[in-house]
Amino acid sequence: MNAEMTSSKVTLIQTLVLAAVVLIWWLLSLLKVFPESVFPSPVAVAKGFGEEVVNGRLGEDLVASLFRVTTGFALAVVSGIPVGLWLGHHTRARAVSLPAINFFRNLSPLAWIPFAILWFGIGDLPTIFLIFMAAFFPTVITTIAAVAGIPSVYFRVARDYGFSDKDMLTRVTLPAIAPQVITSLRVTAGLSWLVVVAAEMIAGRAGLGFAIWDARNGLRMDLLVCGMIVIGLIGVVIDRLLFQLTKIPSIRWGYER
Amino acid sequence: MKGKPLRLVDASLSFGSIVVFHNLSLAVSRGEFVAVVGPSGCGKTTLLNLFSGFLKPLSGSVECAGRLRMVYQNDSLFPWQTAAENISLGLRHLKPQAEQARQLKEMLRLIELEEFADHYPHQLSGGMRQRVELARALAGDTDILLLDEPFSSLDYLTRLRMRHELSRMLEQPPRTVVLVTHDIEEAAQLADRIIVLSERPARISCEVTVDLKRPRELTHLKVVNAVHRILADLGLEHEENLATRAM
Repeated sequence: MNAEMTSSKVTLIQTLVLAAVVLIWWLLSLLKVFPESVFPSPVAVAKGFGEEVVNGRLGEDLVASLFRVTTGFALAVVSGIPVGLWLGHHTRARAVSLPAINFFRNLSPLAWIPFAILWFGIGDLPTIFLIFMAAFFPTVITTIAAVAGIPSVYFRVARDYGFSDKDMLTRVTLPAIAPQVITSLRVTAGLSWLVVVAAEMIAGRAGLGFAIWDARNGLRMDLLVCGMIVIGLIGVVIDRLLFQLTKIPSIRWGYER
Repeated sequence: MKGKPLRLVDASLSFGSIVVFHNLSLAVSRGEFVAVVGPSGCGKTTLLNLFSGFLKPLSGSVECAGRLRMVYQNDSLFPWQTAAENISLGLRHLKPQAEQARQLKEMLRLIELEEFADHYPHQLSGGMRQRVELARALAGDTDILLLDEPFSSLDYLTRLRMRHELSRMLEQPPRTVVLVTHDIEEAAQLADRIIVLSERPARISCEVTVDLKRPRELTHLKVVNAVHRILADLGLEHEENLATRAM
């Protein structure tokens, strides 16, 4: 009862903070701290938002961006986790490849933009490539670290109780690394969402990043802010969705110790 | 003697230049509870690893007859499985499924954790986790149980309680047990025979037998005397005091 009260109180305060942000924004636009042309009011943004929804462009951009992020992110995860698993179990291969993986992980994926355009042109492909480059290396590194960190006693127990090699993978290694890998997915999904906006500004012909760039070129600051808000909200939604994974009973142990 | 479930004959083992055992022999009879104590690093855990077959001796032989299970020093329950799922690992080899379910129920009743069957290890106390761990090892007709300092991470009172718990769990089908421990009281309270190992290379420096039915009281004279004799062998108490105290 008490916990419920506090949690509803927290929600109330969080709403108030958001409202305060909008209020400050509204006040600043009323006081004309910046000219109207470069500082749109909440009202103008709301109107622009309605316009974009009605003409269907917002929906199209949203679908385009989400498609690219999902594809690039999914490719990075389904290839990064197996690579990480293999390197995590093979000490020598890991030692040999770790410097290269670290190099690429620390190289901003945006540095690949020129090559992405030269190799894949404009549209979905270069953006998917950039998201893949952003998400693949962190996924590999986290998986390696998680595998290397599995207490060896689990493997001994598994052997004592007659696990096959397949059981070792599916019933020891994968559940043992799941909590850390899910945390990493949350981080890399956020990273992918950052990258898609930047990539679409330069290499896109649709998508939320392109919409922002297009709004800037057309001096429609209201639409620009509208794009910013949608991008922020979608980022939060993606993180909340992945956060749900941490509530799975067989995974929660990783967050409660 | 033939027909010993666990037997080590003239076993030698070294790690690099460190000689752990040199021609060590030790046999454990069926249904016997043997405790192994000794200075830390003398090779107690290594001895269990030889029995379990995890390590092979460089020379000599190891014989093991029966279903053998080991309980490890650190938390070795799978944290992603519930108490019931963990115990079921020990029943995997049993057919049919119904028999597995029946024995699982029985084990849960034995450790008095029926209500906690669907709890995950992190939701259990240290003592409860240790009970699940013992149940997993004993489940499915285990003949030989190797215990590697199973209670060392528990607080003192829980440890005392777990000794009774273990005695109770071992009551029905008699099992052969080798317990490695640094806790001399624990060894004296539980074991039929206590083996004191020397510094490396480890030899058996003393054997103490305690002829008393389990569960035993910690302060029973035979237990206290056994503790004294072990401490005396380790050079931590004086032998002559025994007579006056035992009188």
